[in-house]
Amino acid sequence: MQFGIFTVGDVTPDPTTGRTPSERERIKAMVAIAQKAEEVGLDVFATGEHHNPPFVPSSPTTMLGWIAAKTERIILSTSTTLITTNDPVKIAEDFAMLQHLADGRVDLILGRGNTGPVYPWFGKDIRDGISLAVENYALLRRLWREDVVDWEGRFRTPLQSFTSTPRPLDGVPPFVWHGSIRSPEIAEQAAYYGDGFFHNNIFWPKDHTERMIELYRTRYAHYGHGTPEQAIVGLGGQVFMRRNSQDAVREFRPYFDNAPVYGHGPSLEEFTAQTPLTVGTPEQVIEKTLSFRDYAGDYQRQLFLVDHAGLPLKTVLEQIDLLGEEVVPVLRREFAENRGADVPDAPTHASLLAAHEATAQAEPVQS
Amino acid sequence: MEAITLAVVSAGLSQPSSTRLLADRLSEAVRDRLADAGREVLIEHVELRELAHPIADNLVTGFPGEALRGATETVTGADAVIAVSPIFSASYSGLFKSFFDVLEQGALTGKPALLGATGGTARHSLALDHALRPLFAYLRAAVVPTAVFAASEDWASAEQNGLRQHIDRAADELAAVLLRQPARTRRPDAFADVVPFEQQLAALRLP
Repeated sequence: MQFGIFTVGDVTPDPTTGRTPSERERIKAMVAIAQKAEEVGLDVFATGEHHNPPFVPSSPTTMLGWIAAKTERIILSTSTTLITTNDPVKIAEDFAMLQHLADGRVDLILGRGNTGPVYPWFGKDIRDGISLAVENYALLRRLWREDVVDWEGRFRTPLQSFTSTPRPLDGVPPFVWHGSIRSPEIAEQAAYYGDGFFHNNIFWPKDHTERMIELYRTRYAHYGHGTPEQAIVGLGGQVFMRRNSQDAVREFRPYFDNAPVYGHGPSLEEFTAQTPLTVGTPEQVIEKTLSFRDYAGDYQRQLFLVDHAGLPLKTVLEQIDLLGEEVVPVLRREFAENRGADVPDAPTHASLLAAHEATAQAEPVQS
Repeated sequence: MEAITLAVVSAGLSQPSSTRLLADRLSEAVRDRLADAGREVLIEHVELRELAHPIADNLVTGFPGEALRGATETVTGADAVIAVSPIFSASYSGLFKSFFDVLEQGALTGKPALLGATGGTARHSLALDHALRPLFAYLRAAVVPTAVFAASEDWASAEQNGLRQHIDRAADELAAVLLRQPARTRRPDAFADVVPFEQQLAALRLP
Protein backbone atom coordinates (compact mmCIF):
# COMPACT_ATOMS: atom_id res chain seq x y z
CA MET A 1 0.00 0.00 0.00
CA GLN A 2 1.19 3.51 -0.82
CA PHE A 3 1.19 6.43 1.61
CA GLY A 4 1.84 10.02 0.74
CA ILE A 5 1.09 13.70 0.95
CA PHE A 6 -1.21 15.78 -1.19
CA THR A 7 -1.31 19.54 -1.24
CA VAL A 8 -3.68 22.09 -2.72
CA GLY A 9 -1.04 24.83 -2.66
CA ASP A 10 -3.05 27.59 -1.04
CA VAL A 11 -1.36 30.80 0.05
CA THR A 12 -3.24 31.57 3.24
CA PRO A 13 -2.32 34.03 5.99
CA ASP A 14 -1.28 32.29 9.20
CA PRO A 15 -4.24 33.23 11.42
CA THR A 16 -2.07 33.16 14.55
CA THR A 17 0.44 35.70 13.25
CA GLY A 18 -1.40 37.40 10.38
CA ARG A 19 1.61 36.75 8.18
CA THR A 20 1.09 35.70 4.54
CA PRO A 21 3.95 33.87 2.83
CA SER A 22 5.05 35.14 -0.58
CA GLU A 23 4.26 32.97 -3.59
CA ARG A 24 7.94 32.10 -3.90
CA GLU A 25 8.03 31.07 -0.26
CA ARG A 26 4.95 28.88 -0.67
CA ILE A 27 6.22 27.24 -3.85
CA LYS A 28 9.57 26.48 -2.20
CA ALA A 29 7.70 25.18 0.84
CA MET A 30 5.77 22.73 -1.36
CA VAL A 31 9.05 21.49 -2.77
CA ALA A 32 10.50 21.13 0.74
CA ILE A 33 7.41 19.15 1.74
CA ALA A 34 7.91 16.77 -1.17
CA GLN A 35 11.57 16.25 -0.31
CA LYS A 36 10.68 15.68 3.34
CA ALA A 37 8.06 13.13 2.30
CA GLU A 38 10.72 11.13 0.47
CA GLU A 39 13.19 11.53 3.33
CA VAL A 40 10.80 10.01 5.89
CA GLY A 41 9.93 7.10 3.61
CA LEU A 42 6.56 8.12 2.18
CA ASP A 43 5.68 6.81 -1.29
CA VAL A 44 3.79 9.62 -3.04
CA PHE A 45 3.79 13.41 -3.35
CA ALA A 46 0.86 14.96 -5.20
CA THR A 47 0.27 18.61 -6.00
CA GLY A 48 -3.00 20.30 -6.86
CA GLU A 49 -3.58 22.43 -9.94
CA HIS A 50 -5.26 25.80 -9.67
CA HIS A 51 -5.46 28.89 -11.84
CA ASN A 52 -6.72 31.44 -9.37
CA PRO A 53 -5.43 33.12 -6.22
CA PRO A 54 -4.92 32.21 -3.40
CA PHE A 55 -3.38 29.11 -5.00
CA VAL A 56 0.09 28.89 -6.58
CA PRO A 57 0.42 25.55 -8.40
CA SER A 58 -0.72 26.40 -11.92
CA SER A 59 2.11 24.40 -13.54
CA PRO A 60 2.25 21.00 -11.85
CA THR A 61 4.70 19.31 -14.23
CA THR A 62 7.17 22.18 -13.87
CA MET A 63 7.14 21.70 -10.13
CA LEU A 64 7.16 17.90 -10.31
CA GLY A 65 10.04 17.96 -12.81
CA TRP A 66 12.12 19.96 -10.36
CA ILE A 67 11.19 17.62 -7.52
CA ALA A 68 12.04 14.63 -9.73
CA ALA A 69 15.58 15.93 -10.06
CA LYS A 70 15.91 16.34 -6.30
CA THR A 71 14.48 12.96 -5.28
CA GLU A 72 15.22 9.32 -5.98
CA ARG A 73 12.27 7.20 -5.11
CA ILE A 74 9.03 9.04 -4.41
CA ILE A 75 6.16 8.81 -6.93
CA LEU A 76 5.12 12.19 -8.31
CA SER A 77 1.41 12.69 -8.77
CA THR A 78 -1.28 15.34 -8.96
CA SER A 79 -4.37 16.14 -6.91
CA THR A 80 -5.85 16.85 -9.32
CA THR A 81 -4.95 17.48 -12.97
CA LEU A 82 -7.81 19.38 -14.59
CA ILE A 83 -9.06 17.15 -17.40
CA THR A 84 -11.78 19.70 -18.19
CA THR A 85 -9.94 22.95 -18.83
CA ASN A 86 -6.54 21.62 -19.92
CA ASP A 87 -6.01 20.60 -23.50
CA PRO A 88 -5.65 16.81 -23.44
CA VAL A 89 -2.84 17.16 -26.00
CA LYS A 90 -0.84 19.24 -23.54
CA ILE A 91 -1.55 16.81 -20.69
CA ALA A 92 -0.32 13.94 -22.88
CA GLU A 93 2.88 15.81 -23.72
CA ASP A 94 3.61 17.24 -20.27
CA PHE A 95 3.22 13.99 -18.39
CA ALA A 96 5.09 11.89 -20.95
CA MET A 97 7.92 14.41 -20.68
CA LEU A 98 7.81 14.14 -16.90
CA GLN A 99 7.84 10.33 -17.12
CA HIS A 100 11.14 10.42 -19.00
CA LEU A 101 12.72 12.92 -16.62
CA ALA A 102 11.50 11.08 -13.53
CA ASP A 103 12.34 7.60 -14.85
CA GLY A 104 8.71 6.58 -14.68
CA ARG A 105 7.95 7.80 -11.13
CA VAL A 106 4.78 9.49 -12.36
CA ASP A 107 1.05 9.00 -12.21
CA LEU A 108 -1.86 11.44 -12.12
CA ILE A 109 -5.26 11.94 -10.62
CA LEU A 110 -7.70 13.57 -13.01
CA GLY A 111 -10.38 15.88 -11.68
CA ARG A 112 -12.82 18.41 -13.03
CA GLY A 113 -12.16 21.34 -10.72
CA ASN A 114 -15.08 23.02 -9.06
CA THR A 115 -14.62 26.73 -9.55
CA GLY A 116 -17.05 28.19 -12.05
CA PRO A 117 -15.00 31.20 -13.17
CA VAL A 118 -11.98 29.05 -14.17
CA TYR A 119 -13.77 27.36 -17.05
CA PRO A 120 -14.39 30.44 -19.22
CA TRP A 121 -10.77 31.55 -18.74
CA PHE A 122 -9.89 28.45 -20.72
CA GLY A 123 -12.74 28.76 -23.19
CA LYS A 124 -14.93 26.20 -21.46
CA ASP A 125 -18.25 26.08 -19.61
CA ILE A 126 -18.64 24.45 -16.19
CA ARG A 127 -21.96 22.97 -17.29
CA ASP A 128 -19.98 20.76 -19.69
CA GLY A 129 -17.79 19.49 -16.83
CA ILE A 130 -18.66 15.80 -17.06
CA SER A 131 -18.74 15.77 -20.87
CA LEU A 132 -15.34 17.47 -21.00
CA ALA A 133 -13.92 14.87 -18.61
CA VAL A 134 -15.31 12.07 -20.76
CA GLU A 135 -14.24 13.36 -24.17
CA ASN A 136 -10.86 14.79 -23.14
CA TYR A 137 -9.83 11.63 -21.36
CA ALA A 138 -10.90 9.43 -24.29
CA LEU A 139 -8.56 11.52 -26.46
CA LEU A 140 -5.76 11.53 -23.85
CA ARG A 141 -5.78 7.73 -23.77
CA ARG A 142 -5.45 7.53 -27.53
CA LEU A 143 -2.63 10.09 -27.62
CA TRP A 144 -0.62 7.92 -25.23
CA ARG A 145 -1.48 4.60 -26.86
CA GLU A 146 -1.50 5.35 -30.60
CA ASP A 147 1.52 6.82 -32.36
CA VAL A 148 -0.55 8.66 -34.95
CA VAL A 149 -3.97 10.00 -34.07
CA ASP A 150 -6.81 11.26 -36.25
CA TRP A 151 -9.48 12.68 -34.04
CA GLU A 152 -12.57 14.86 -34.04
CA GLY A 153 -14.73 15.83 -31.08
CA ARG A 154 -16.93 18.50 -29.60
CA PHE A 155 -14.58 20.45 -27.42
CA ARG A 156 -11.30 20.79 -29.31
CA THR A 157 -10.12 21.43 -32.83
CA PRO A 158 -9.72 18.19 -34.82
CA LEU A 159 -6.37 16.41 -35.05
CA GLN A 160 -5.02 14.89 -38.24
CA SER A 161 -1.92 12.71 -38.34
CA PHE A 162 -0.91 13.99 -34.92
CA THR A 163 1.83 12.39 -32.86
CA SER A 164 2.12 13.45 -29.24
CA THR A 165 5.77 13.69 -28.24
CA PRO A 166 7.63 12.45 -26.40
CA ARG A 167 5.99 9.04 -26.54
CA PRO A 168 5.28 7.56 -23.08
CA LEU A 169 8.33 6.03 -21.40
CA ASP A 170 8.84 2.41 -22.57
CA GLY A 171 5.52 2.70 -24.44
CA VAL A 172 3.69 2.61 -21.08
CA PRO A 173 1.39 5.55 -20.26
CA PRO A 174 1.33 6.82 -16.67
CA PHE A 175 -1.29 5.21 -14.46
CA VAL A 176 -4.43 7.33 -14.16
CA TRP A 177 -6.75 7.76 -11.19
CA HIS A 178 -10.07 9.53 -11.61
CA GLY A 179 -10.99 11.74 -8.69
CA SER A 180 -14.50 12.76 -7.83
CA ILE A 181 -16.28 13.63 -4.61
CA ARG A 182 -19.86 13.03 -5.67
CA SER A 183 -20.31 12.37 -9.38
CA PRO A 184 -21.24 8.75 -10.11
CA GLU A 185 -20.40 9.33 -13.80
CA ILE A 186 -16.71 9.64 -12.90
CA ALA A 187 -16.68 6.47 -10.79
CA GLU A 188 -18.28 4.80 -13.82
CA GLN A 189 -15.60 6.23 -16.12
CA ALA A 190 -12.79 4.92 -13.89
CA ALA A 191 -14.44 1.50 -13.76
CA TYR A 192 -14.98 1.34 -17.52
CA TYR A 193 -11.29 1.82 -18.27
CA GLY A 194 -10.05 -0.21 -15.32
CA ASP A 195 -8.26 2.90 -14.04
CA GLY A 196 -7.94 3.88 -10.39
CA PHE A 197 -10.53 5.83 -8.45
CA PHE A 198 -9.52 8.45 -5.89
CA HIS A 199 -11.84 10.04 -3.35
CA ASN A 200 -10.50 13.07 -1.53
CA ASN A 201 -12.44 11.94 1.53
CA ILE A 202 -12.05 15.28 3.26
CA PHE A 203 -15.11 17.44 3.11
CA TRP A 204 -17.84 14.85 3.06
CA PRO A 205 -19.20 12.33 5.51
CA LYS A 206 -17.84 8.84 5.03
CA ASP A 207 -21.05 7.34 3.68
CA HIS A 208 -20.74 9.54 0.58
CA THR A 209 -17.23 8.22 0.03
CA GLU A 210 -18.52 4.71 0.63
CA ARG A 211 -21.24 4.98 -2.05
CA MET A 212 -18.80 6.28 -4.64
CA ILE A 213 -16.29 3.51 -3.96
CA GLU A 214 -18.93 0.82 -3.89
CA LEU A 215 -20.24 1.96 -7.27
CA TYR A 216 -16.70 2.04 -8.70
CA ARG A 217 -15.87 -1.45 -7.40
CA THR A 218 -19.12 -2.96 -8.68
CA ARG A 219 -18.73 -1.44 -12.13
CA TYR A 220 -15.00 -2.33 -12.27
CA ALA A 221 -16.01 -5.97 -11.95
CA HIS A 222 -18.90 -5.47 -14.38
CA TYR A 223 -16.43 -4.35 -17.06
CA GLY A 224 -14.33 -7.45 -16.50
CA HIS A 225 -11.19 -5.93 -15.00
CA GLY A 226 -11.25 -8.23 -11.96
CA THR A 227 -13.25 -8.72 -8.81
CA PRO A 228 -14.67 -5.70 -6.97
CA GLU A 229 -11.98 -6.23 -4.32
CA GLN A 230 -9.27 -5.88 -6.98
CA ALA A 231 -10.31 -2.40 -8.07
CA ILE A 232 -7.71 0.31 -7.41
CA VAL A 233 -8.88 2.73 -4.74
CA GLY A 234 -7.16 5.80 -3.30
CA LEU A 235 -8.32 7.95 -0.40
CA GLY A 236 -7.42 11.31 1.01
CA GLY A 237 -7.43 12.28 4.62
CA GLN A 238 -6.59 15.26 6.73
CA VAL A 239 -4.64 15.18 9.97
CA PHE A 240 -2.99 17.36 12.56
CA MET A 241 -0.92 15.70 15.25
CA ARG A 242 0.80 16.46 18.54
CA ARG A 243 1.99 14.09 21.26
CA ASN A 244 -0.87 15.27 23.40
CA SER A 245 -4.33 15.33 21.89
CA GLN A 246 -5.38 18.56 23.62
CA ASP A 247 -2.26 20.34 22.35
CA ALA A 248 -3.15 19.28 18.81
CA VAL A 249 -6.68 20.63 19.13
CA ARG A 250 -5.53 23.88 20.72
CA GLU A 251 -2.86 24.51 18.09
CA PHE A 252 -4.94 23.52 15.06
CA ARG A 253 -8.20 25.26 16.00
CA PRO A 254 -7.36 28.76 14.70
CA TYR A 255 -6.24 27.23 11.38
CA PHE A 256 -9.41 25.18 11.16
CA ASP A 257 -11.68 28.07 12.13
CA ASN A 258 -10.23 30.29 9.39
CA ALA A 259 -9.56 27.67 6.71
CA PRO A 260 -10.59 28.93 3.27
CA VAL A 261 -12.82 25.96 2.45
CA TYR A 262 -14.75 25.09 5.58
CA GLY A 263 -13.78 27.85 8.02
CA HIS A 264 -16.50 29.90 9.70
CA GLY A 265 -18.82 26.91 9.41
CA PRO A 266 -19.06 23.87 11.65
CA SER A 267 -16.93 23.62 14.78
CA LEU A 268 -13.72 21.58 14.77
CA GLU A 269 -15.48 19.02 16.96
CA GLU A 270 -18.47 18.70 14.60
CA PHE A 271 -16.25 18.43 11.55
CA THR A 272 -14.06 15.81 13.23
CA ALA A 273 -17.10 13.76 14.12
CA GLN A 274 -18.64 13.96 10.65
CA THR A 275 -15.65 13.76 8.30
CA PRO A 276 -12.33 11.89 8.20
CA LEU A 277 -10.45 14.87 9.74
CA THR A 278 -8.34 13.74 12.71
CA VAL A 279 -6.78 16.19 15.15
CA GLY A 280 -4.98 14.44 17.96
CA THR A 281 -2.16 12.03 18.70
CA PRO A 282 -0.41 9.79 16.15
CA GLU A 283 -2.27 6.87 17.75
CA GLN A 284 -5.61 8.57 17.08
CA VAL A 285 -4.61 9.17 13.46
CA ILE A 286 -3.66 5.50 13.11
CA GLU A 287 -6.97 4.41 14.57
CA LYS A 288 -9.05 6.70 12.38
CA THR A 289 -7.12 5.87 9.20
CA LEU A 290 -7.48 2.14 9.80
CA SER A 291 -11.22 2.67 10.07
CA PHE A 292 -11.29 3.88 6.44
CA ARG A 293 -10.97 0.22 5.45
CA ASP A 294 -14.36 -0.46 7.05
CA TYR A 295 -16.09 1.52 4.32
CA ALA A 296 -13.55 1.52 1.48
CA GLY A 297 -12.37 -2.07 1.66
CA ASP A 298 -8.69 -2.96 1.14
CA TYR A 299 -7.31 -0.02 -0.78
CA GLN A 300 -4.09 0.96 -2.50
CA ARG A 301 -3.22 4.55 -1.73
CA GLN A 302 -3.64 6.87 1.25
CA LEU A 303 -2.73 10.54 0.85
CA PHE A 304 -2.72 13.01 3.73
CA LEU A 305 -3.36 16.75 3.54
CA VAL A 306 -1.11 18.43 6.12
CA ASP A 307 -0.06 21.81 4.75
CA HIS A 308 -3.05 24.05 4.20
CA ALA A 309 -4.87 26.92 5.92
CA GLY A 310 -1.72 28.90 6.65
CA LEU A 311 0.16 26.32 8.73
CA PRO A 312 3.84 27.32 8.84
CA LEU A 313 6.35 25.13 6.99
CA LYS A 314 8.12 24.15 10.21
CA THR A 315 4.88 22.76 11.63
CA VAL A 316 4.10 20.94 8.39
CA LEU A 317 7.51 19.29 8.32
CA GLU A 318 6.96 18.15 11.93
CA GLN A 319 3.68 16.58 10.79
CA ILE A 320 5.46 14.71 8.01
CA ASP A 321 8.10 13.50 10.47
CA LEU A 322 5.36 12.11 12.69
CA LEU A 323 3.71 10.45 9.71
CA GLY A 324 6.95 8.86 8.55
CA GLU A 325 8.24 7.82 11.96
CA GLU A 326 5.16 6.85 13.91
CA VAL A 327 2.04 6.63 11.79
CA VAL A 328 2.85 5.08 8.43
CA PRO A 329 5.02 2.18 9.70
CA VAL A 330 2.11 1.04 11.88
CA LEU A 331 -0.41 1.59 9.08
CA ARG A 332 1.69 -0.47 6.67
CA ARG A 333 1.79 -3.32 9.13
CA GLU A 334 -1.87 -3.13 10.13
CA PHE A 335 -3.24 -2.69 6.60
CA ALA A 336 -1.16 -5.69 5.43
CA GLU A 337 -2.79 -7.84 8.06
CA ASN A 338 -5.96 -9.60 6.89
CA ARG A 339 -5.55 -8.01 3.50
CA GLY A 340 -7.23 -10.06 0.76
CA ALA A 341 -4.62 -12.29 -0.91
CA ASP A 342 -5.63 -11.21 -4.42
CA VAL A 343 -5.83 -7.48 -3.67
CA PRO A 344 -3.23 -5.87 -5.94
CA ASP A 345 -0.88 -3.02 -5.09
CA ALA A 346 -1.28 0.31 -6.86
CA PRO A 347 0.18 0.04 -10.36
CA THR A 348 3.63 1.59 -10.84
CA HIS A 349 5.67 2.12 -13.97
CA ALA A 350 7.57 -1.12 -13.25
CA SER A 351 4.41 -3.19 -12.79
CA LEU A 352 2.72 -1.66 -15.84
CA LEU A 353 5.85 -2.27 -17.92
CA ALA A 354 5.99 -5.91 -16.82
CA ALA A 355 2.31 -6.35 -17.71
CA HIS A 356 2.88 -4.60 -21.05
CA GLU A 357 5.78 -6.90 -21.92
CA ALA A 358 3.85 -10.00 -20.88
CA THR A 359 0.97 -8.99 -23.17
CA ALA A 360 3.36 -8.27 -26.04
CA GLN A 361 4.91 -11.74 -25.70
CA ALA A 362 1.53 -13.46 -25.47
CA GLU A 363 0.31 -11.88 -28.69
CA PRO A 364 1.67 -13.45 -31.90
CA VAL A 365 3.40 -10.92 -34.12
CA GLN A 366 1.30 -9.97 -37.14
CA SER A 367 3.13 -10.67 -40.33
CA MET B 1 -52.35 0.42 3.02
CA GLU B 2 -49.20 2.29 3.89
CA ALA B 3 -49.48 5.37 6.09
CA ILE B 4 -49.31 8.72 4.32
CA THR B 5 -46.43 10.83 5.59
CA LEU B 6 -46.67 14.59 5.88
CA ALA B 7 -43.47 16.58 6.39
CA VAL B 8 -44.34 19.83 8.13
CA VAL B 9 -41.63 22.46 7.75
CA SER B 10 -42.02 25.54 9.89
CA ALA B 11 -39.65 28.44 10.13
CA GLY B 12 -41.06 30.22 13.17
CA LEU B 13 -38.51 31.65 15.57
CA SER B 14 -40.40 32.44 18.77
CA GLN B 15 -41.75 30.08 21.41
CA PRO B 16 -44.66 29.59 21.08
CA SER B 17 -44.66 30.47 17.45
CA SER B 18 -47.72 31.44 15.44
CA THR B 19 -45.99 29.94 12.40
CA ARG B 20 -45.81 26.56 14.15
CA LEU B 21 -49.40 27.07 15.30
CA LEU B 22 -50.55 27.53 11.70
CA ALA B 23 -48.45 24.55 10.59
CA ASP B 24 -50.15 22.43 13.25
CA ARG B 25 -53.62 23.59 12.26
CA LEU B 26 -52.92 22.80 8.61
CA SER B 27 -51.42 19.37 9.24
CA GLU B 28 -54.18 18.37 11.66
CA ALA B 29 -56.84 19.42 9.18
CA VAL B 30 -55.21 17.34 6.45
CA ARG B 31 -54.80 14.40 8.81
CA ASP B 32 -58.49 14.50 9.82
CA ARG B 33 -59.60 14.37 6.21
CA LEU B 34 -57.34 11.48 5.37
CA ALA B 35 -58.41 9.65 8.53
CA ASP B 36 -62.04 10.08 7.45
CA ALA B 37 -61.09 8.35 4.21
CA GLY B 38 -59.58 5.52 6.23
CA ARG B 39 -55.94 6.43 5.74
CA GLU B 40 -53.37 6.47 8.47
CA VAL B 41 -51.21 9.59 8.58
CA LEU B 42 -47.73 10.12 9.93
CA ILE B 43 -46.87 13.75 10.68
CA GLU B 44 -43.17 14.59 10.85
CA HIS B 45 -42.19 18.05 12.04
CA VAL B 46 -39.12 19.86 10.80
CA GLU B 47 -38.50 22.92 12.99
CA LEU B 48 -35.99 25.06 11.16
CA ARG B 49 -35.09 27.10 14.25
CA GLU B 50 -33.33 24.04 15.67
CA LEU B 51 -31.46 23.62 12.40
CA ALA B 52 -30.30 27.22 11.98
CA HIS B 53 -26.64 26.39 12.65
CA PRO B 54 -26.53 23.15 10.61
CA ILE B 55 -28.17 24.98 7.68
CA ALA B 56 -25.54 27.74 7.81
CA ASP B 57 -22.81 25.07 8.08
CA ASN B 58 -24.15 23.34 4.98
CA LEU B 59 -24.03 26.61 3.06
CA VAL B 60 -20.35 26.93 3.99
CA THR B 61 -19.16 23.32 3.63
CA GLY B 62 -21.49 22.07 0.89
CA PHE B 63 -22.69 19.04 2.82
CA PRO B 64 -25.38 18.51 5.47
CA GLY B 65 -24.46 17.47 8.99
CA GLU B 66 -26.29 14.57 10.58
CA ALA B 67 -29.25 16.47 12.05
CA LEU B 68 -29.87 18.41 8.87
CA ARG B 69 -29.55 15.31 6.74
CA GLY B 70 -32.27 13.65 8.83
CA ALA B 71 -34.52 16.65 8.21
CA THR B 72 -33.89 16.79 4.47
CA GLU B 73 -34.55 13.05 4.20
CA THR B 74 -37.81 13.53 6.11
CA VAL B 75 -38.90 16.17 3.62
CA THR B 76 -37.77 14.43 0.44
CA GLY B 77 -39.15 11.07 1.60
CA ALA B 78 -42.60 12.37 2.61
CA ASP B 79 -45.76 12.01 0.51
CA ALA B 80 -46.46 15.71 0.89
CA VAL B 81 -44.91 18.77 2.44
CA ILE B 82 -46.60 21.54 4.37
CA ALA B 83 -44.29 24.54 4.47
CA VAL B 84 -44.96 27.59 6.62
CA SER B 85 -42.78 30.68 6.95
CA PRO B 86 -43.09 33.95 8.77
CA ILE B 87 -43.06 36.89 6.39
CA PHE B 88 -39.99 39.05 6.99
CA SER B 89 -39.28 42.17 4.93
CA ALA B 90 -41.94 41.33 2.34
CA SER B 91 -40.85 37.72 1.77
CA TYR B 92 -40.20 34.30 3.35
CA SER B 93 -37.60 34.33 6.11
CA GLY B 94 -33.95 33.81 5.18
CA LEU B 95 -33.84 30.63 7.26
CA PHE B 96 -36.82 29.21 5.36
CA LYS B 97 -35.20 29.96 2.00
CA SER B 98 -31.82 28.61 3.09
CA PHE B 99 -33.35 25.27 4.04
CA PHE B 100 -34.82 24.86 0.58
CA ASP B 101 -31.53 26.09 -0.93
CA VAL B 102 -29.59 23.19 0.57
CA LEU B 103 -31.97 20.46 -0.62
CA GLU B 104 -30.61 18.33 -3.45
CA GLN B 105 -31.70 19.46 -6.88
CA GLY B 106 -34.97 17.80 -7.87
CA ALA B 107 -35.73 16.77 -4.29
CA LEU B 108 -39.26 18.23 -4.38
CA THR B 109 -40.14 17.56 -8.01
CA GLY B 110 -43.78 16.54 -8.21
CA LYS B 111 -44.21 16.63 -4.43
CA PRO B 112 -47.69 17.75 -3.31
CA ALA B 113 -47.26 20.85 -1.19
CA LEU B 114 -49.37 23.21 0.87
CA LEU B 115 -48.01 26.65 1.65
CA GLY B 116 -48.68 28.87 4.64
CA ALA B 117 -47.32 32.10 6.03
CA THR B 118 -47.75 34.30 9.06
CA GLY B 119 -47.29 38.02 9.57
CA GLY B 120 -48.21 40.94 11.75
CA THR B 121 -50.98 42.20 9.51
CA ALA B 122 -52.96 40.90 6.56
CA ARG B 123 -51.18 43.48 4.39
CA HIS B 124 -48.40 40.93 3.91
CA SER B 125 -50.63 38.12 2.73
CA LEU B 126 -49.74 38.41 -0.95
CA ALA B 127 -46.17 37.41 -0.09
CA LEU B 128 -47.54 33.87 -0.31
CA ASP B 129 -48.20 34.38 -4.00
CA HIS B 130 -45.32 36.63 -4.98
CA ALA B 131 -42.61 34.89 -2.93
CA LEU B 132 -43.45 31.39 -1.69
CA ARG B 133 -45.33 30.22 -4.74
CA PRO B 134 -42.59 31.09 -7.28
CA LEU B 135 -40.01 29.36 -5.05
CA PHE B 136 -42.00 26.15 -5.03
CA ALA B 137 -42.76 26.49 -8.74
CA TYR B 138 -39.00 26.59 -9.30
CA LEU B 139 -38.60 23.50 -7.12
CA ARG B 140 -41.31 21.86 -9.27
CA ALA B 141 -43.47 20.99 -6.28
CA ALA B 142 -47.17 20.39 -6.98
CA VAL B 143 -48.58 23.22 -4.87
CA VAL B 144 -52.31 23.18 -4.11
CA PRO B 145 -54.30 26.28 -5.19
CA THR B 146 -55.13 27.54 -1.70
CA ALA B 147 -52.31 28.92 0.41
CA VAL B 148 -53.08 30.11 3.92
CA PHE B 149 -51.99 33.36 5.53
CA ALA B 150 -52.54 34.05 9.23
CA ALA B 151 -52.09 37.56 10.63
CA SER B 152 -52.01 38.43 14.33
CA GLU B 153 -55.62 39.55 14.21
CA ASP B 154 -56.71 36.14 12.89
CA TRP B 155 -55.59 34.49 16.09
CA ALA B 156 -57.35 37.11 18.22
CA SER B 157 -60.86 37.08 16.78
CA ALA B 158 -63.45 34.49 17.70
CA GLU B 159 -64.48 34.07 14.09
CA GLN B 160 -60.84 33.98 13.04
CA ASN B 161 -61.82 36.13 10.07
CA GLY B 162 -62.21 33.18 7.81
CA LEU B 163 -58.87 31.58 8.78
CA ARG B 164 -60.67 28.38 9.64
CA GLN B 165 -62.35 28.31 6.24
CA HIS B 166 -59.03 28.90 4.53
CA ILE B 167 -57.40 26.08 6.44
CA ASP B 168 -60.32 23.79 5.63
CA ARG B 169 -60.22 24.57 1.94
CA ALA B 170 -56.44 24.11 1.72
CA ALA B 171 -56.67 20.84 3.66
CA ASP B 172 -59.48 19.63 1.37
CA GLU B 173 -57.28 20.29 -1.64
CA LEU B 174 -54.17 18.57 -0.30
CA ALA B 175 -56.14 15.59 1.04
CA ALA B 176 -57.86 15.18 -2.32
CA VAL B 177 -54.51 15.14 -4.10
CA LEU B 178 -53.10 12.58 -1.68
CA LEU B 179 -56.13 10.31 -1.95
CA ARG B 180 -55.99 10.38 -5.72
CA GLN B 181 -52.27 9.80 -5.82
CA PRO B 182 -50.90 6.34 -6.59
CA ALA B 183 -48.31 4.88 -4.27
CA ARG B 184 -45.11 6.89 -4.10
CA THR B 185 -42.71 6.11 -6.90
CA ARG B 186 -39.03 5.69 -6.26
CA ARG B 187 -36.99 8.81 -6.88
CA PRO B 188 -34.28 8.29 -9.48
CA ASP B 189 -31.01 7.31 -7.79
CA ALA B 190 -27.83 8.50 -9.51
CA PHE B 191 -25.93 5.55 -8.03
CA ALA B 192 -28.40 2.76 -8.71
CA ASP B 193 -29.21 4.16 -12.16
CA VAL B 194 -25.71 5.18 -13.27
CA VAL B 195 -25.54 5.91 -17.00
CA PRO B 196 -23.38 3.18 -18.60
CA PHE B 197 -20.15 4.69 -19.85
CA GLU B 198 -20.75 3.67 -23.48
CA GLN B 199 -23.86 5.84 -23.37
CA GLN B 200 -21.91 8.76 -21.93
CA LEU B 201 -19.39 8.40 -24.75
CA ALA B 202 -22.03 7.94 -27.43
CA ALA B 203 -23.82 11.11 -26.32
CA LEU B 204 -20.70 13.07 -27.27
CA ARG B 205 -20.10 11.43 -30.63
CA LEU B 206 -20.42 13.80 -33.54
CA PRO B 207 -23.31 13.09 -35.91
